[in-house]
Amino acid sequence: MSAPASDHGHVEPTSFTFTPENLELAKRIIAKYPAGKQASACMPLLDVAQRQHGGWLPRVAMDAVADLLGMPRIRVYEVATFYTMYNKNPVGRHHIQVCTTTPCWLRGSDEIVHACKNKLGIGVGETTADGQFTLGEVECSGACVNAPVVQIGDDYYEDVAPEHIDGLIEALKRGETPKPGSQIGRRSSEPVGGPTTLKDFTTAQADD
Amino acid sequence: MPKLTIDGIEIEVEPGTSILQACEQLGIEIPRFCYHERLSVPANCRMCLVEMERAPKPVASCAMPCGDGMVVRTNSETVLKARKGVMEFLLINHPLDCPICDQGGECDLQDQAMAYGFDRGRYGENKRAVEDKYMGPVIKTIMTRCIHCTRCIRFINEVAGVPDVGAVYRGEHMEITTFVEKAIGSELSGNLADVCPVGALTHKPYAFTARPWELRKTETIDVLDAVGSNIRVDARGAEVMRVLPRVNDDINEEWLNDKSRYSYDGLKRQRLDRPYIRQNGKLVPASWAEAFAAIAAKMKGVPGNRIAAIAGDLIDVEAQFALKELLTRLGSANLDCRQDGARFDTSARAGYLFNSGIAGIEKADVILLVGTNPRWEGTLVNARIRKRYLAGGVTIAAIGEQRDLTYPHSVIGSGPETLQQLIDGSHPFAETLRAAKNPLMIVGMGAFQRPDGLAVQAAARQVGEMYGMVRDDWNGFNVLHTAAARVGGIEAGFVPGEGGRDLQGILEGAATGEIDVVYLLGADEIDTAKLGNAFVVYQGHHGDAGAHRADVILPGAAYTEKNAVYVNTEGRPQLARLAVFPPGEAREDWKIVRALSEALGATLSFDTQTQLRQRLMAANPIFAAVGQMTPAAWAPFGAQGPVDAAPFVTPITNFYMTDPISRASVTMANCTEALVGPAQERTGTHG
Repeated sequence: MSAPASDHGHVEPTSFTFTPENLELAKRIIAKYPAGKQASACMPLLDVAQRQHGGWLPRVAMDAVADLLGMPRIRVYEVATFYTMYNKNPVGRHHIQVCTTTPCWLRGSDEIVHACKNKLGIGVGETTADGQFTLGEVECSGACVNAPVVQIGDDYYEDVAPEHIDGLIEALKRGETPKPGSQIGRRSSEPVGGPTTLKDFTTAQADD
Repeated sequence: MPKLTIDGIEIEVEPGTSILQACEQLGIEIPRFCYHERLSVPANCRMCLVEMERAPKPVASCAMPCGDGMVVRTNSETVLKARKGVMEFLLINHPLDCPICDQGGECDLQDQAMAYGFDRGRYGENKRAVEDKYMGPVIKTIMTRCIHCTRCIRFINEVAGVPDVGAVYRGEHMEITTFVEKAIGSELSGNLADVCPVGALTHKPYAFTARPWELRKTETIDVLDAVGSNIRVDARGAEVMRVLPRVNDDINEEWLNDKSRYSYDGLKRQRLDRPYIRQNGKLVPASWAEAFAAIAAKMKGVPGNRIAAIAGDLIDVEAQFALKELLTRLGSANLDCRQDGARFDTSARAGYLFNSGIAGIEKADVILLVGTNPRWEGTLVNARIRKRYLAGGVTIAAIGEQRDLTYPHSVIGSGPETLQQLIDGSHPFAETLRAAKNPLMIVGMGAFQRPDGLAVQAAARQVGEMYGMVRDDWNGFNVLHTAAARVGGIEAGFVPGEGGRDLQGILEGAATGEIDVVYLLGADEIDTAKLGNAFVVYQGHHGDAGAHRADVILPGAAYTEKNAVYVNTEGRPQLARLAVFPPGEAREDWKIVRALSEALGATLSFDTQTQLRQRLMAANPIFAAVGQMTPAAWAPFGAQGPVDAAPFVTPITNFYMTDPISRASVTMANCTEALVGPAQERTGTHG
């Protein structure tokens, strides 16, 4: 989970600078906090840096954030290593994160992981040779009602069954973005098969 | 004032006191790992749990403030059970390697496991193992032993002010590390091993050398800077095994800088253990009698004004006093204990002392540093300034070089002209000083080690007087010395007498042949090339610069090898005590001077140290108040005069090597290489 980043033999870049747009964004984020409390902007800035740097955070990027916020570098390093959503190792273009915590596991997440492994030919924590896909297991994604859940990039794919995996990955390979949300056509977190109570109260009415 | 009951005893405490502190006031011992009285309170080890009435579960006493009417029990069944539970969890991942652990015998975890530990483990899983980290040349790490109390992180952030250590990852994977695998850039890093309650951080130079119960402990004082930190020297046989700080809230609290702590290996190298006489250009071993005879032969008939003496940085008061008496008998007034060439007026005590006291820094609200880098010249003075900064509400400014002092400060000027501007009120900082309640100034040797030192001293005095630094209830005029011998030497009168030459005069005299005999009392930091053809007697404990130039060498004792008085920069006399005997034929310094006086036919009138000290106290009563500061009366000092525009330069270029002992130390060489070398290359001041 938050285990020390094992050495994947990756090469750390030697420098990192925010792009002008991201620097502008960073300044807007910093401005949200009172003067002298810039350190509060540490986490959103790390996110900006990670997005800029292809989905992972090299050490120089953490340093850049520390210097921008006037924080000791070790403080930023502590934050970045504490949270699992900051990737300390390079990831592929599509980061597939399968939730395997109890509710998803009860709903068959093991099979989802298995299907991903088969489809991509890699193990958990590994990246395909072409650098397109990284497979990861994560703890609770917070969408238990629609378990099992797979997060790809910023999108949640819910009610996933092993047979959906092939289609999802093929679509990603073609450069398409599959439709996020429930894969069985369920609306939001409604009961499977439609509402069981308040049937007269249609969603059309709710929208009014 | 909240009143509460602890174990049936009623106690009234200051508001804000924690239950743990209240228990300590009652003499009730509460086990703890993360709590340290000089650091912030994180309450993460959970060892100090106590039972409190109307609380649903045991509370962490270190973080629970006392409230009125609380009823606390520290010895109930519940408390014992809770602590045993915590201990069992702590021991899950702690290795059972006490027999090979350097902390063994003085380990908090070991001690407390005796009281709260279970006699067998119930944990059947694999224990975790953590890679060891590199933390620099003085701290050894065995991170598997770490129990994550975070004392080291808090110490380095709060006291040392060098945020290099942190905790990365989380939960079971949490690790303490430096960023990233670099040496800790603090002069106080040795204290990390002291605050570590287990054997995760230990002293690298001490590794596997001794066990605490086989060491002979001697409470003494440190002399490698002028702060006069209180230390304990642990020795085994004839060898100093380690140096640890002692608590003295007026001086070093409970910290010690790395030079004072780790340069003890220098006490075993390059030692002078027998007298030498130079014959045909080579130093030849000799007996004491031969050495004295050689000096006597050379000095026979030499008039007093052609004899001079210079005292070094590590010399005790007795030796300087004895040598001064001897020179007076020989008719010489050419003596100076300021071997660094500092020029300042010694006629008024207030003019060369740290008048507010080191603890007085905590009362100041504006601090002005003049020509000093306290981080290197008095590390624990700097730690005190940082402590003051952390308390808030203080403005710190410096005149001199731009340095990282571990607290924010503004550099308002570089040289004496800034002092002039403060005197005529034209400098913007004058406003801040005027508004200050307790302004404080620290003048370093960088301000005095220059030809216009006396004028700078006078200017500093004027600034002090103008801005209310000197009042009946407050004296914020401070001089920070760099050498432990200095204030003692001045108080003992080891300064040029009537018509006598100072350091500059002695060196010039030696070069031109007006001085025939120069007596170097441990003086190694002078330019020995300037001694010309003079006959040089060197008395000291290390074969350093002075010994290389000497014609006769008299082996003396280092500070761990004699009972002696030293006076720190505050003017506080303190006693150094003998921990081990001097090596070989080396002797205590005052005894050498006393014996030599007989050989020279000018026998000094004391035979024992007690007699010598009585003479000393008669000459200057401040020596009678051991451990006390004798307040100095304010009187004019310095000399008005033109000042040079040259900026103040800090005299210390390498913190880790300032004296013969630290120059002989391998540990200090490693520190220099790891910490000073690269830093100098970075800033471009190298060489």
